[in-house]
This record gives sequence, structure tokens and C-alpha cells, in this order.
Amino acid sequence: MAYPYTPPDYFLLDDLLTDEHKIVRSAIRDWVTRSVIPVIDEAAQKHHFPRHFFKELGDIGAFGPFIPVEYGGAGMDYIAYGVIMTELERGDSGIRSAASVQTSLVMYPIHAFGSEEQRRKYLPKLATGEMIGCFGLTEPNHGSDPGSMETRFKDMGDHYLLNGAKMWITNSTIADIAVVWAKDEQGVVRGLIVEKGMPGFTAPETFNKWSLRASVTGELVFEDVKVPKENLLPNIKGLKGALMCLNSARYGIAWGAIGAAMDCYNTALLYSLERKQFHKPIASFQLQQKKLAEILTDITKAQFLAWRLGVLRNEDRATPQQISMAKRNNVEMALRTARESRQILGAMGITGDFPIMRHMMNLESVITYEGTHDVHLLITGADITGISAFS
Amino acid sequence: MKILICISSVPDTTTKIKPTGDGKAIDLANVQWIINPWDELALTRVLELKEQPNSKIEKITVLTVGGRNAEPTIRKALAIGADDAIRVDTEPGDNYFTAFQIAQALKNYDSDIIICGIESSDYNGSSTGSMIAEMMDLPSVSSVSKLEIESDTVKMNREISGGFEVIEMPTPMVAIVQKGIAIEPRIPSMRGIMMARSKPLQVVESADVKPLTVFCSYTLPSPKAACKMVDAENMEELVNLLHNEAKII
Repeated sequence: MAYPYTPPDYFLLDDLLTDEHKIVRSAIRDWVTRSVIPVIDEAAQKHHFPRHFFKELGDIGAFGPFIPVEYGGAGMDYIAYGVIMTELERGDSGIRSAASVQTSLVMYPIHAFGSEEQRRKYLPKLATGEMIGCFGLTEPNHGSDPGSMETRFKDMGDHYLLNGAKMWITNSTIADIAVVWAKDEQGVVRGLIVEKGMPGFTAPETFNKWSLRASVTGELVFEDVKVPKENLLPNIKGLKGALMCLNSARYGIAWGAIGAAMDCYNTALLYSLERKQFHKPIASFQLQQKKLAEILTDITKAQFLAWRLGVLRNEDRATPQQISMAKRNNVEMALRTARESRQILGAMGITGDFPIMRHMMNLESVITYEGTHDVHLLITGADITGISAFS
Repeated sequence: MKILICISSVPDTTTKIKPTGDGKAIDLANVQWIINPWDELALTRVLELKEQPNSKIEKITVLTVGGRNAEPTIRKALAIGADDAIRVDTEPGDNYFTAFQIAQALKNYDSDIIICGIESSDYNGSSTGSMIAEMMDLPSVSSVSKLEIESDTVKMNREISGGFEVIEMPTPMVAIVQKGIAIEPRIPSMRGIMMARSKPLQVVESADVKPLTVFCSYTLPSPKAACKMVDAENMEELVNLLHNEAKII
């Protein structure tokens, strides 16, 4: 069962949002309530991504909200993007992941590093959901160390020849295009737009996940794929481009995780008021109150971190290290919230009647993808000491 | 054809309403505001009509009576698709006060159909629409569950006991609409929200009138008593409870 969703705003953070942000939030919240909540448990149980979500997400404008209007986006600020991610992840991390990838890992690099022709060709269709995108950076042998990637392309005169493989790719099997990061003959990382149907390009699905079950994950395999020269992203060289994409996505995750946490908290609070043991609601017991109070404190701190990060990003002052800290803190907060909330529901917490276990399993991926929990900590460590612990 | 829809800003229907400490008002802290559901369905229906081929609708205006804090609600209506908006700059009072403000604001405003939701989901007064029609000396139809525009007339279904009547009426007129007028309210798109920024929102001064109703106090309903289960075979216990506890036999 889904309780009415009344997320907390303990420190009246709404006062820091504009009217427009609130309208954005109510629009996405309404969509999630109407389209996601009724079907998401069954989709996750069946390990199925409801494909029609792409069109609906496109219709409401959840793809590329910060991309300029002339390319099909909404021209909104980064707080609006964050608010959208929070509301989507209240529904499911898989839905938020689909939107994160489309926006931050596909539309963002095409807009930031692409040619004008590439922008005009791809962005409007990606914005409406008519075209689905995915992003290839992680490889079977290179996760936290993408700079050692093995995927390569050669200049064949009138085209590039791409070889290699990418792994853990959200949207891979359903994507029409993939933004793929590969090294050229000089060993410089470049971005290429690979289109579905190019001979030699396959995208096998990764089955039997216990996490993000309502999201498509797979591989990208390139065997002598001829990529037209006009598909190279011309305006970026080096790993920096891929990392800038990850910054945008991690920023969204820092906001998104709060949505999953708030859904768990809302469920746990209402359940604890309803469930009686020893002739009184379990919410009246000190140990349950401790859990609820600590969760709310955690959520409130995460809300402020995300909001401040949004302000800095709007001013183009958010550093990758700040984004790392926020992603790491907020996802861990959400995972801890899910685990504590599950305890409040007792055995009921493990059933599909409530969203908590699904969120918890999803967050095990979220805490690992887009930079693992440990690597983000080391990014902070390197920033404060000036000494990198992983290179 | 110009259509005006009256929009009320109401607490989200999931809000837990509680009176203030002195019971003289409702505690509005942390309340999320939404477009009154019946008004939102009215807007949805009019947008459907505007999008039909050869539609006669030139403009959809939304109007609300409310302070600055009602603007997100009216901006949402613009984001959904209304063309422009009017805000009568005063907090809404009782039905009479609100209807008077709307009638005054529309005195010099040219609209062919004025549409109101049958009631607002906060006070459920159910009389503002009829009062507007009366004050503006316009014919009105209440309980409208279907609305079509045919050349210069409006064709409506009005819900009556056991069925509905079909009514056709020339414009200008007031339609008071209820559930069924549209299936599901529209969700504004992000682009719609951005476009709403530049749509005109006219703020007009309120009229000098006093409400006719005084709200004396607010009290929550008493909590429901616990339900006692009695074995179907145990008639004696049931009679005992009804006689001695419930005291109804």
C-alpha cells in the first residue's frame, strides 16, 4: 500500500525555493503519483522497465530541463533540475536513473561539447523522449579508474574504427544513441556518438539484478564499428569531458537520493502511527522515535546540502569535490534511512506492499555508481590534503 | 470566444488540517497549495475544446481572488495552458465576498463563458458560482458534467437525480462544473512552466465589501471510537453492549 505522500520540510526550506521550483515539484510529483506509484512495484518485481515512461518523461519535460529552449530543453536552473530528480527518485531510483542518464550523460555532453549540427540533430529528440540515449565510460576492467580504459578508435581517413566494450550501462539495450568515451591513437580520451544499428555495435542486457530492477542495464560492445567522423564530439579532449558529465549526474543524484529517503521516512512515520503493539502505536516507543527523529535530522541536513549546492551550481561555483561530498553524504543518508525505516515496519518492510525494500536495494547501486562511496571520500581526502590516495 | 475560469487556491487534499491554538483559524504553516480540483478539471476541459479543430475559443483567462501567495497556483494554471490571468488582490472571504470580488472584477471584462468549479475543496461552500451569475445578471447552469461549444451556444449535461438533462444556452453565461467535466487534470510540462513566466498576470484592486459570514471557531471532528468485535454466535454479549454501553436499546 502507498500512504499519501507528505514529505518533510522541517526547516521550511520551501521559503528558499521560487514559485517556479514549487510548480516544477508539484508537476513531477503529480506525474510520479499518477504514473509511477501504481505500477512500479510490479515492474521491479518483474525486472521490467516500463518503456512508456520515456515518452511521458519527455512530455512533461523531465529530460534536459537545463538545456536551452532552442534545443528542446526548458532553460531552467539547476535547482529545478535537482527538484525534478528528487521527485523522480521518490518514485524509484531506476526512473531517476533513466532521466539522469538522458539529461546529464547524453544531452549535457552533446550540448556542451557537440557541434551545432550534433545539437540540432539529437537534442530535440532526446528532450521529447523520442530518442533514448546512454553513456559508455565504465569498462569490465576499469571502473573507478576510467583513465585506463581499453576502448580505442582509429582514424581510417573517412571514418573512425571503434573497438572495445563498456559495462553497467543504464538504458543500453533500448538506447538509440550512445555517448561513448574511447581513446584515439595518441591515447587521448574523446567522446563519440554511436548510433543503434551501426554494424558491429551490440548491447546485451545484464539480467538477474537485485537492484534497479525497474531500469535497463547492459553492456555496449564495439567490434570494428565504423563511426562517421561527424559523430566525434569536437569540443572536448581528455577524460575531463566524461568527468564533467559525471559531475552533472552526481549533482542530480545528490538531490535524487533525498526523494527515496523521504518516501521511506513518510512510509515509516505513517506506519508507526498506525501499527499498534502493547495496545499503543509503535510511534509512542522511544526506540522508534529515536529512529524517526534521526532520519528527519539526516534528511534535513541533506536538503540543505543539496540546496546550497544548487545555488553554487547556478552561479557556476560548485566544485567537483563539493558535488562528490554531497553525492556521497546524501546517498549514504538515503540508504541508512531505508534500512532504519525498514526496521520500523518490521516484517512488513520487506514486502512489495511498501516501497522501502525496493528503495533500499536500488540505493545499493546508487551508492556505487557515478563514483563509489569510497572514491568520493578519497576525492574529499585529496582535496583537503593535496595528496591523491588513488593515483 | 473568450472563456474565463475562476480558480481557487486550496490546501493539497492530503493536508492534515488543524486549527490554530485558539481555534480561530486554520494553521496554514507547511500547507502545500493546489488548484481546486474542480477548477482544474474545468481548465482541462476548456483546453481540450481549444485544441479541437476549428475551435472557436480565442482566449482562456483564469481568475483568482487571493493575495500574492496565490500566484504559484495561478502560474500553474498558466503553465498548464491558460493564456492570461487576473488576480483580485485580497484574501478570499466567504462565498458572498469572493463572488462579489469576482463580479466586480469582471464588470468591464468581456467573456462569453464564465466557468466555476461546483465547490472548493477547502470550505465546500458550493455557492460562489451561482452568486457570481446572480450578481452579474447572467444565466447559469449548475452541476454541469459535460460541456460542448456549438456555434454560438453552449451545450451541457446537468446532473439530476437518476440521470442528467441536456441544456443548450446562448452566451454569455455561467457554467458551474463538477466531476466528469474532464477525466484527469493536466500536468504542466517544464516548458509550459517556463512559458508561464511571460504570460500576462493582471493584478486588480479588490472591491470594498464585507463578508456576510463570521467564522467563529474551528474544531476537528471527534476521533472515531474503537470498533468492538462480537462473535456472531454471542447474541447475549451484543445485546449487553448495545444496551449498557451504546445505550441505544
